Amino acid sequence: MSDILLEAKAVAKHFGGVKALRDVSLTIRRGEVYGLIGPNGAGKTTFFNCMTGLYIPDGGGFVFDGLALQADAPHQAAERGIARTFQNIRLFGNMTAIENVMVGRHVRTKAGVFGAMLMNRRTRDEEAAIRQRALELLHYVDIADRADDLAKNLSYGDQRRLEIARALATEPKLLCLDEPAAGMNATETEELRVLIEGIRNDGTTVLLIEHDVKLVMGLCDRVAVLDYGSLVIEDVPAVVQKDQRVIEAYLGA
Amino acid sequence: MDIFLQQIINGLVQGSIYALVALGYTMVYGIMGLINFAHGEVVMIGALVSITVTGTLAAAGMPLGLAGLCGLVAAILSCMALGWSLERIAYRPLRGSPRLTPLITAIGMSIVLQNLAMIVWGRNYMTFPPLLPKINFEFAGTHFTLVQVVIVLLSAAMMAGLVFLVYRTKLGMAMRATAQNPAVASLMGVNTNRVIAAAFVVGSALAAVAGVMVGSYYEIAHYQMGFMLGLKAFTAAVLGGIGNLAGAMAGGVLLGIIEALGAGYIGDLTGGFLGSHYQDIFAFVVLIIVLMFKPSGLFGEKTGDRA
Amino acid sequence: MKNWLNPRSTVGIALIAVALIALPFVVGAAGQAWVRILNFAILYVFLALGLNIVVGFAGLLDLGYIAFYAVGAYTWALLASPHFGLHFPVWAILPIGAVLACFFGVLLGSPTLKLRGDYLAIVTLGFGEIVRIFMNNLNSPVNITNGPQGITLIDPVRFGDFSFTGTSQILGLTLGGPQKYYFLLVALAILVIVINVRLQHSRIGRAWQAIREDEIAAKAVGINTRNVKLLAFAMGASFGGIAGGIFAAMQGFVSPESFSLIESIMVLAMVVLGGMGHIPGVILGAVLLTFLPEALRYAVTPVQMALFGKILIDPESLRMLIFGLALVLVMRFKPAGLWPSPERSRELGDKVAEGAK
Repeated sequence: MSDILLEAKAVAKHFGGVKALRDVSLTIRRGEVYGLIGPNGAGKTTFFNCMTGLYIPDGGGFVFDGLALQADAPHQAAERGIARTFQNIRLFGNMTAIENVMVGRHVRTKAGVFGAMLMNRRTRDEEAAIRQRALELLHYVDIADRADDLAKNLSYGDQRRLEIARALATEPKLLCLDEPAAGMNATETEELRVLIEGIRNDGTTVLLIEHDVKLVMGLCDRVAVLDYGSLVIEDVPAVVQKDQRVIEAYLGA
Repeated sequence: MDIFLQQIINGLVQGSIYALVALGYTMVYGIMGLINFAHGEVVMIGALVSITVTGTLAAAGMPLGLAGLCGLVAAILSCMALGWSLERIAYRPLRGSPRLTPLITAIGMSIVLQNLAMIVWGRNYMTFPPLLPKINFEFAGTHFTLVQVVIVLLSAAMMAGLVFLVYRTKLGMAMRATAQNPAVASLMGVNTNRVIAAAFVVGSALAAVAGVMVGSYYEIAHYQMGFMLGLKAFTAAVLGGIGNLAGAMAGGVLLGIIEALGAGYIGDLTGGFLGSHYQDIFAFVVLIIVLMFKPSGLFGEKTGDRA
Repeated sequence: MKNWLNPRSTVGIALIAVALIALPFVVGAAGQAWVRILNFAILYVFLALGLNIVVGFAGLLDLGYIAFYAVGAYTWALLASPHFGLHFPVWAILPIGAVLACFFGVLLGSPTLKLRGDYLAIVTLGFGEIVRIFMNNLNSPVNITNGPQGITLIDPVRFGDFSFTGTSQILGLTLGGPQKYYFLLVALAILVIVINVRLQHSRIGRAWQAIREDEIAAKAVGINTRNVKLLAFAMGASFGGIAGGIFAAMQGFVSPESFSLIESIMVLAMVVLGGMGHIPGVILGAVLLTFLPEALRYAVTPVQMALFGKILIDPESLRMLIFGLALVLVMRFKPAGLWPSPERSRELGDKVAEGAK
């Protein structure tokens, strides 16, 4: 098993004349927390969307876990082991918290319509296991007491946590978090840091897009910086922090 | 080749009518995302009102041409009133309700209007008075009538007028803004209620003209005439890319031509297996095929998924 | 399922069962015609629950649902009538009808399910019309459907020697044809209700709801949205096919007229008016919308006579006029349907509150 989990090879994406990504290449190693930072509009979310199949890259591609990722097949990305959250939280609002996580089990379970109609032993067992696992995950992100509340009625912080639980339910090898700390206060951010560290320690690689530089530098093993769609640097936080180009990108040269 | 040209001409006439009706669908859809199923009935009401008014005035001794003009104006005015009341009474109270709710209301209104028309005008076919003299033209081996010429020219004029309204007037700008984003438009001081009402009224006026055209083209009118016409026009609007004015016009004309050519050639194409009574399926078959390859219609904007 | 053992719900179920058994005899006292209407109500319950899978669960707007009903009906008509001289048994035709309808569902769905909601609506509508037009015209050069005249003398449902037409004596009771069909239909309706309930709370049901809520998020958690939608489409179509078969057998006659667009719209109206996605609501919608026009048929003439002393307005159009108005009024005052699911009415409550801000 190779040490490299995900390799982006010269990924390019443009919208009309705007080049959102210019040949971005980077590698994410197994077991690390990898940070992707950059000013607003640098192309971070576009990179995410290309990787998870929501956008088709105009050039380049991804190798995940030793095999190429198929473009334009979001559900396959999840099947291969890439789970994500969204910058502007996308939960199934009118489903309960536990149902949201149960939907996350979809890709790792099998029961079809005939199973549902017959309600045979296997289906019932699987259903029980789905509920069990979903409840465990709610405990894991510490919102088990809200299991039966509709997702849209949860507080903002709890919605973020629920989205992470739903992503974890797909048993990802790589968990991609798109600005999970956005809109959180200091306490909530700290709790989030602990949660992400826990996820990493439990063996899941994490890709983190984040604005909160302090959080990224404290948490990530390695960091990549995007600016105007190009990769500026990819290195350990200590080096990135001191890089002149990064400082310029953030402060505006 | 003569048949080909002839069918193109016939299709162009029918297509102009589709286009006028399609514009009504597309304006309402573009601004508020509603399929106004009752729009076809507005066309029907327009045709029947104009018959009654023209007939009454002509019987009272008014020259037919003038009576016809009065009939047309009466149809336009009553349809505008109808469109305004439809929006005000049936649709406005439903803003913000689940997506299918206004659709069912529209279907309900369609049933109501059809049956009201049947109660008022009866269930029999009514003969449309010949408003224009029967003049035939011949050109490059094809034949067409004055009515056909007038339909195409009048449609073109109406469409030009609509384009002017939408792109050159303040009301038009408000309409486009509301279509883009109603919430922001209203923050910028656009009275969205008035814009939506205006879309219904303008669309209904076009529908009234279309109704009179259909009536004088086929020389009959009937309380059920709006239904299939409405469906076809809506199909045309989707074909062109719903919400898009140019798309509705192009879709309408295209649909008319495809139908005419299809009806003319289907027998040859299928070796006599399928006859011209399959005419009505062309609209839908073409629609399905186009949408398979261009999911937003021919001229629709691509609505990409955004994460 | 456990609460079925609860004594109170056991009593409730027993009461419902008694009521369902007694119903055709009570209604039959008013005339066999009413039993037939009752049967149609149950057939529509079946049909509406089939469409509910597509519209209510998966959120796909299907305006051509009746096409699948037509496929089922014509399958039965062609395989069990003198038209081709074929007389297949029930256990063969119903599955063939269901599979065929399912096949058409997939045929229509696979290229079109990626379309946006309203585009899908018009495409399904077009498909419904195409099917109807073919049935109207496939009588030449080869006579397959017998055109607008339709197919007559269709075999009734028959199990061995037991036929569902004519009167027979069962357990000391005299049962007319419609009463026998009633029990068959109730059995089928219970089956489809159970299937609906189970589907709703299954892995697939959750996936449907997830797609309805947020398609992109559903894709991101690994749901193959196209296949899962197709599944809803195919299931709904199969139910339509079965209902169509029973319809053909019960009527003994089919013609394209029974499968017009207005029928599709009626079934959709049942689903939406009752309370989309909420099984009891859909049942209520189907029963109400079947009985309302019939009840109006009987009420309109006497009421006019009483009020005006003569028939002023054509009863048929007055009846439909009132029906249309009823649709408009229900949507005006109960936009989520007469009996929506608790979540959905809450969802709507929020929207109204937002609008008020």
